[in-house]
Amino acid sequence: MSETAPFTIEQFYKFMNEGKVMAAKCKKCGTILLPPRPMCIKCHSNELEWTELAKRGKLLTYTIIHVAPPQFQHLIPYAVGIVKLENGLKLPGMIRGIEFEKIKIGMELQIEIEKAQQAQTWPSWPKYYFKPA
Amino acid sequence: MIGKPLASIVSAGLSKFGKIEGLYARELFALAAKEAFERCPNIDPKKDVQALFIGHMGESYEHQGHTGATVADWAGLLHIPATRTECACASSGAALRAGIMAIMSGLYDIVMVGGVEKMTHRSTPEVTEFLAMASDFPFEQWHGITFPGLYALMATAHMHKYGTTEEQLAMVAVKNHHNGCLNPKAHMQREVTLEKALSSRVIAWPLKLYDCSLITDGASCLILTKPEIAKKYTDMPVHIIGSGQASDSIGIYEREQFTSLTAAKEAAKQAYKMAGLTPNDIQVAEVHDCFTIAEIIAYEDLGFCKPGEGGKLIEEGVTTLDGSLPVNTSGGLKAKGHPVGATGTAQAYEIYLQLTGQAEKRQVENVEIGLTHNVGGSGATATVHIYRRG
Repeated sequence: MSETAPFTIEQFYKFMNEGKVMAAKCKKCGTILLPPRPMCIKCHSNELEWTELAKRGKLLTYTIIHVAPPQFQHLIPYAVGIVKLENGLKLPGMIRGIEFEKIKIGMELQIEIEKAQQAQTWPSWPKYYFKPA
Repeated sequence: MIGKPLASIVSAGLSKFGKIEGLYARELFALAAKEAFERCPNIDPKKDVQALFIGHMGESYEHQGHTGATVADWAGLLHIPATRTECACASSGAALRAGIMAIMSGLYDIVMVGGVEKMTHRSTPEVTEFLAMASDFPFEQWHGITFPGLYALMATAHMHKYGTTEEQLAMVAVKNHHNGCLNPKAHMQREVTLEKALSSRVIAWPLKLYDCSLITDGASCLILTKPEIAKKYTDMPVHIIGSGQASDSIGIYEREQFTSLTAAKEAAKQAYKMAGLTPNDIQVAEVHDCFTIAEIIAYEDLGFCKPGEGGKLIEEGVTTLDGSLPVNTSGGLKAKGHPVGATGTAQAYEIYLQLTGQAEKRQVENVEIGLTHNVGGSGATATVHIYRRG
């Protein structure tokens, strides 16, 4: 099933709703694409396969957001960061479950996934966030 | 050898920047166009201007798209081809480049390029949301990462890697506010002290209120001609001798590093090569200080200093009005204001004034070569232009 699933952002989030962080791997040149893309951006091949990534990584940089758009207003202040996963792949997201003062570049974090609510409007993607490993 | 002119600026216009109540984008643009026409009476707008390229970021602000035709009409340029360029905050840098290419193609002798944005009638959370649209939606916006947040991620990385300090960031604000006081068209004409900048409220740590550019209404434009005919319209043309543009991943998280903008470095490389110049030749520059950290990174990406030394450059006063390389003499996005679509050609307007000796209280003496650096979003687009007094 997963072998034939389209290499799209929509599919990435479907996998995430099943608890998995999945990336597309190019069968020709081995490049791993996160987010997945329908075509390898290194060699332009469309011979791809899905590969599952470990849900942990290291914090590369972060910020504490105090001014947010309307839909995030109720969460301020909140921390977000960019986390380096295996193979040098990266994901941005909120950092939760830790006091701001204790957030440090280089710290180990793990990905937690919150399943998507049945939304009536686009998009109905799940949220993920990072917490201390 | 110094590069040959690609196109020439024979006139320029800028609306007042600020909270301009009751005026919408098309009306603001008409003000900028009016100034450009008045500055160059030898141009007959109806007869001479053959095409318009306009930078405009968002329909959301005014519920109005299709900006090309709209502003052409209000500028009294009805029926000429009018095209909007959109590269987020580099929209009018891209319009400028489109105008240069249109001239160089031989299709037109005279075109108008410009930009506009009307922002201040919307609430700050709404503007925050609209600006975020210039960043990646599925991974950045979806997880609550704001536009200041993206530059804050760069600032944290720069501070961690190079030891850049919050004080050095604040120094950019102090400098640009000072310059803004000397620019009657700047949005903010108020000095800010280092202490005040450092103690202002946090927007996205480590960026505080005074590290952020302003939500501003405004419009800007230039009239470009084929270089050979520029002197027919003005004694003081400014030649554009280098033009670069590049792109990068829309999500900053995908990039190799967060302490420089690859698109800006690439655009600068193209522009320097075309102009036959090096960073040492630049005498005055307008750089994209949407956040203070962005100006520090711009110094490094443009080769004004080595990577990591941007903080030192501001601290040493090199880029102040009386320094050896004045940067953002207009007040920059920080104090002049940042009506996003208008910014690229507003930067060119300032360099045009500087190179033609019309910058009044903020005039830098004896400048012949200038540069503009216009960044779209969080660096997924950058344009760099180099100018020479004609």
